[in-house]
Amino acid sequence: MFFKSNISNFSKAALILENGDIFPCLGIGSKGQVTGELCFNTAMTGYQEAISDPSYASQILMFTFPHIGITGVNNEDIENKKIFLHGVIFKELSNHYSNWRSLKSLNKWLIQNNVIGVTSLNTRNLTIKVRDQGALKATIINGVKKKLNIKSLVKKTADWSGINDNDLAKVVSCKKPYVYKNITKSKNRIEIVAIDFGCKKNILDLFLKSNFRVTVVPYTYNYDQIMKFKPRGVFLSNGPGDPFATSRLVLHTINELIKNNMPLFGICLGHQILGLALGANTIKMHHGHHGVNQPVKNLNNNKIEITSQNHGFMIDPKTLMQDIKVSHISLFDKTIQGIEHVSKPFFSVQYHPESSPGPHDSRYLFNKFKKNICT
Amino acid sequence: MPKRTDIKSILVIGAGPIVIGQACEFDYSGSQACKVLREEGYRVILVNSNPATIMTDPEFADATYIEPLTLECLEKIILKEKPDAVLPTMGGQTALNLSIELYNSKILKNNKVELIGASVDAIIKAEDRELFCNAMSKIGLNTPKSYQVSSLSDGLKVLKKLSLPVIIRPSFTLGGTGGGIAYNIEEFKDIVSAGIDASPESTVLIEQSVLGWKEYEMEVVRDKNDNAIIVCSIENIDPMGVHTGDSITVSPALTLTDKEYQKMRNASIAVLREIGVETGGSNVQFAVNPKNGKMVVIEMNPRVSRSSALASKATGFPIAKVAARLAVGYTLDEISNEITSVTPASFEPSIDYVVTKIPRFAFEKFSGASKTLTSAMKSVGEVMSIARTFEQSFHKALRSLETGLNGFDEIHLDQEDKKNFILSKLSSPSPKRILYVAQAFRENIELNQIYESCKIDHWFLKKIQEIVDSEILIKKNKKNITSDLLYQAKLLGFSDFKIAELTKSSEDQIYKLRKKFNIFPNFFKVDTCAGEFKTNTSYLYSSYEIPYQSLSYEKENIISEKKKVIILGGGPNRIGQGIEFDYCCVHASYALSSENIESIMINCNPETVSTDYDTSDKLYFEPLTLEDILEIVKLEKSKGQLLGLIIQFGGQTPLKLSKDLERHKIPIIGTSPGSIDLAEDREKFKKFLIKNKLKQPENGIAKTSNKVKSIAKKISYPVILRPSYVLGGRAMQIIYNENDLEKYVNNIVDAFGDKPILIDKFLNDAVEVDVDALSDGKNVFIAGIMEHIEEAGIHSGDSACSLPPYSLSENIIKKIIKQTKLIAKKLEVIGLLNIQFAVKYENNNELLYILEVNPRASRTVPFVAKATGNQIAKIAAKCMIGKKINSKALLPWFSKKKFAVKEAVFPFKKFKGVDVLLGPEMKSTGEVMGLDVNFGRAFAKSQIATGIKLPSKGNIFISVKDKDKPFIKVICKRLVTLGYKLVCTKGTANYLKTEKINVSFVNKVIEGRPHIVDMIKNKNIALIFNTTEGNQSISDSFSLRQAALHTNVPYYTTISGCKSVLLALENLKENKLNIKSLQSY
Repeated sequence: MFFKSNISNFSKAALILENGDIFPCLGIGSKGQVTGELCFNTAMTGYQEAISDPSYASQILMFTFPHIGITGVNNEDIENKKIFLHGVIFKELSNHYSNWRSLKSLNKWLIQNNVIGVTSLNTRNLTIKVRDQGALKATIINGVKKKLNIKSLVKKTADWSGINDNDLAKVVSCKKPYVYKNITKSKNRIEIVAIDFGCKKNILDLFLKSNFRVTVVPYTYNYDQIMKFKPRGVFLSNGPGDPFATSRLVLHTINELIKNNMPLFGICLGHQILGLALGANTIKMHHGHHGVNQPVKNLNNNKIEITSQNHGFMIDPKTLMQDIKVSHISLFDKTIQGIEHVSKPFFSVQYHPESSPGPHDSRYLFNKFKKNICT
Repeated sequence: MPKRTDIKSILVIGAGPIVIGQACEFDYSGSQACKVLREEGYRVILVNSNPATIMTDPEFADATYIEPLTLECLEKIILKEKPDAVLPTMGGQTALNLSIELYNSKILKNNKVELIGASVDAIIKAEDRELFCNAMSKIGLNTPKSYQVSSLSDGLKVLKKLSLPVIIRPSFTLGGTGGGIAYNIEEFKDIVSAGIDASPESTVLIEQSVLGWKEYEMEVVRDKNDNAIIVCSIENIDPMGVHTGDSITVSPALTLTDKEYQKMRNASIAVLREIGVETGGSNVQFAVNPKNGKMVVIEMNPRVSRSSALASKATGFPIAKVAARLAVGYTLDEISNEITSVTPASFEPSIDYVVTKIPRFAFEKFSGASKTLTSAMKSVGEVMSIARTFEQSFHKALRSLETGLNGFDEIHLDQEDKKNFILSKLSSPSPKRILYVAQAFRENIELNQIYESCKIDHWFLKKIQEIVDSEILIKKNKKNITSDLLYQAKLLGFSDFKIAELTKSSEDQIYKLRKKFNIFPNFFKVDTCAGEFKTNTSYLYSSYEIPYQSLSYEKENIISEKKKVIILGGGPNRIGQGIEFDYCCVHASYALSSENIESIMINCNPETVSTDYDTSDKLYFEPLTLEDILEIVKLEKSKGQLLGLIIQFGGQTPLKLSKDLERHKIPIIGTSPGSIDLAEDREKFKKFLIKNKLKQPENGIAKTSNKVKSIAKKISYPVILRPSYVLGGRAMQIIYNENDLEKYVNNIVDAFGDKPILIDKFLNDAVEVDVDALSDGKNVFIAGIMEHIEEAGIHSGDSACSLPPYSLSENIIKKIIKQTKLIAKKLEVIGLLNIQFAVKYENNNELLYILEVNPRASRTVPFVAKATGNQIAKIAAKCMIGKKINSKALLPWFSKKKFAVKEAVFPFKKFKGVDVLLGPEMKSTGEVMGLDVNFGRAFAKSQIATGIKLPSKGNIFISVKDKDKPFIKVICKRLVTLGYKLVCTKGTANYLKTEKINVSFVNKVIEGRPHIVDMIKNKNIALIFNTTEGNQSISDSFSLRQAALHTNVPYYTTISGCKSVLLALENLKENKLNIKSLQSY
């Protein structure tokens, strides 16, 4: 409730943009100061999944829906144990929460996970700013004690290295290989390896549901290390950052896999990296796609899927090789949303078929991977 | 794939008259559908019996039939127009049921007409409860345990397998009519019997109740390629047990996690697939157990609905338009999202605000009706509000209701045990329950205890608690209202008026303070995409945001440099103010646009065409209160030229504001507020009439009960009493003696405070006449003269009327025209004028009295427009911007070849135990029009259109008061000639026998059995003529009218009504009904 703290308290937190705009606001979550790339997400549900999505590493995530935290947090709706995003912006953080599964308030969870946030901002105006000007660098401060040195803060924000050319997989990838949920080997389960660029938990869960057994490996693993697990297919996970920067370390591995006709399936960053391996380029988008209402057309059957998306880079359509065909496009801006090799078992999608949060329209892709492996 | 070319013409079926559960949302969807189908090049044939709709404007279809929505008429239209397809999903339950009849009777097949938008199989699967439940279990979804029965004895058998409370749902009925919740065996028997009667299939579903579970709705659109999207989710704040139409709702659903939401999304799409809705919009309702998340499907509607209209307004996604395009073969990706214009319709709208809907009730009109809300819908209208937070949105919705609420207003309780009283109020849903929630917090009742009583989700309760806590803080600081305090109050949605009330200052003072502190709302777009794309839409709402906003940030509300006019809408539908006024506002908007003047609409009713984002150049979805209007005016005045506000089209809502608007020096175009006041203010009006040598019934005005009594005595009884400044005859009553007067005055002071009371001599047996006229200040054009069928004393909105008059002399018509023109000139009317006259025949003289003058749009404007072919609301709007009337370009209002009869439609079936007798207080919810070559035929059509079956043979029951006996004699003779048999009670029978009319005799209810009610219930009576007078005989015959109501036997309670029915029956005998389109008259 606003009345508990009057407006003069607003200066206790602040949002500073690289263009010099500064917004006094209220602090939430953990105290501190952090810089990141400001992006917005238009999903009306699923804040817990989004905040714990490793793909948001280095970003400050602003929700366009005004009330965040209504259903509290629980132990199931998390996409990664560790949180990698840099900060959150809500119009209003719900102090009170209500849901039969909720265990604690969102704020408590943010504090426990050291997430810095600010609230009580006109998030709609900010969203429009990002929409029109593109992803902005921003700093948020929770807990301003004395007068801010705005000049130096703006400079610091503008000087932040940003996501471009930044290999963030090294921050979020696992350090050691592991078998997801320690599933024992069995004839009924197909062995695959998932290269972890910042993999969401729900992707792995859906693999299990489709009868895969998944060994998750650090993204730095080379071909031989991967082949030790005798996978019948390799999955390239989602993840944060600039795909080109990350690809430098993994392209060689992927090319080996391609050469050996290993069935490949990529999601989001994994899709971009597959594209790079297949000879295309990736480019930074204006402000990216972040939402769960994004229409995608499957060009194989002309059906529409409402998808969950979270990406700031994309494959440049002009650079696609001849033997690669576009399988999915965005109906919002016609950008590439899926590619597949015309004759070989390699395919990937830019959006999130595991959709946590988001609609479940595209889960058939997990079976497609299975089919590619088994035939 | 492009649109279908194998069909060329499409018949669109409308929803008929406005009734509870089916209001102007179907005009909104139907007119959208017509527009789209014509744009696509199809020939559109439209049928709807409701003349007050935009969709029945002749330019919306190639052939418009204002004809009864019956199988007989539909067949004739199909035979004549030979459409290739019928679109049944735009006209609510009425159109769906009719389409099934068309199918079952093979009319579709024999004429090679295809149903588009929904197949018969899908409709039946969705509507037949047993088939529906089976379908759900097939796809693995749970439904509450239920059994379909067709008799009470079967019902009692299945009750053994369930536990009370149970919900009883009649099949194929609208808005849950005839259903309810039974807590005990007695209620169970009552509701099951009534439900079986109410269902056209004579079946009811008895369902295990999931009372207290959370209720949700999903608005789904699917295309023929099986692409499906969720347009909007809706969460009912009132948990299960209250009809969704009567529930307070928010959008989007707020208390679901993504996991639960997606489960519901998947289920919704699966439901559409399984039911077989191949193209178009549907709504699926769910209940969720708050304890464990268990989800059950409650029902689905395979058509656009009230909820889809709400969802369209809430998101900016026009479901009906899209559904119409899908019905002719497009797929979702081929249709563009008109708001963004760069994205397709195949996406799911994302919103960045909270939408609140609150229903509006009319219990005050139906004394004796229970105010408890159940599974049968009772509300007559609704408001919607949009703001960036729940608190602001909810506050806005409360003040939009126009029920006198300025927020969570306090309820003053005298009870000793306030706590238990409040808890009992919380456990029984009623229109006031949400206020009791706030009151409970004021009385320091624990949140958990409140939850246990009402099962409203904790989150909403907590928000209300915070608002109540803030009220206390504002009160505490009343001596020192700082900028911070005021800002925070506005961020929580408190209106200036409410803040003034809490701080004991005035609304104007708070407004001044806001000016001083520079505290104003922001305006945002409803853009379907939460700001993700740039849009050109002008659909706006206001919300207060945190200050410190950098000025360089985009202002979304672009103020044009044009000449502009603001139209104030009519707010929520209620009895006395509904679709007719919205029709006028929409026409004003069209007229302004055609004159190249920017039209700006303000309204808060989501059901209407006026709140369609493309009706006006600009739409502000805002409450119609002074504060909200001032903010908009302030902005719109800042650029361009604001010619003024139109306040004469939105009914009483904007008129009430005229003095405040004047005080704030806001220009008003059209008739001046001074003239409006002259007509409304009794004293001034009386002087005006005397000055102009016009006659009105003797009258007086009084503020105290003693004065009322002395005036009544002076005038002599009967008198008619009413408070000033009301619409729809609210609290208006005919008083026959001093005892009744006492009662009336006491009640009225409670309800209306210090408003003066008007006392008029009641003119017994006078004929009432309604006149609508247009004036540009110089020229007056008589738009229409309507003769009421029921005598004076029955509210004009409830009375049937005929245009042209069917019994008035030429002489009196001339006199009426003369007086109308005189009044229009003297009042300096610019725009519309409505006058109610009474003609009284005394000693061979025709005396003309003026009952009321309303220098504004009246309820009859759309009827007159449809009956005469002149679009008078448009002309009136043009007059207001200075155009002159060109009478030569208009059609004469009078034609001997065309009679139009308007008949009212009543909601009595919804209010158990309420008498159906009519009086000066308006009770009807809607109207139909019958159009034909003579009065009798037009009247017949009007009756049939209300749902009555005029019998061609059988028993007619006749029981009339003594005074009416000479008139009934003639009627009876002719009825016998037509072949009807007459059944009478003793008095009437003896009288008719002496007149040598053959009648049989039946007992009155008090005379022992078998009596007339037995006969009615046994379906041995086909028609009832029953006129009564005096409290005793009225209460004696009450059970008779109730029986008639529930067995659908047509009844007429006035002698003039009986005469008209006779004419109708004679005409029907001569020749069957024929149909004719508006365009061919």
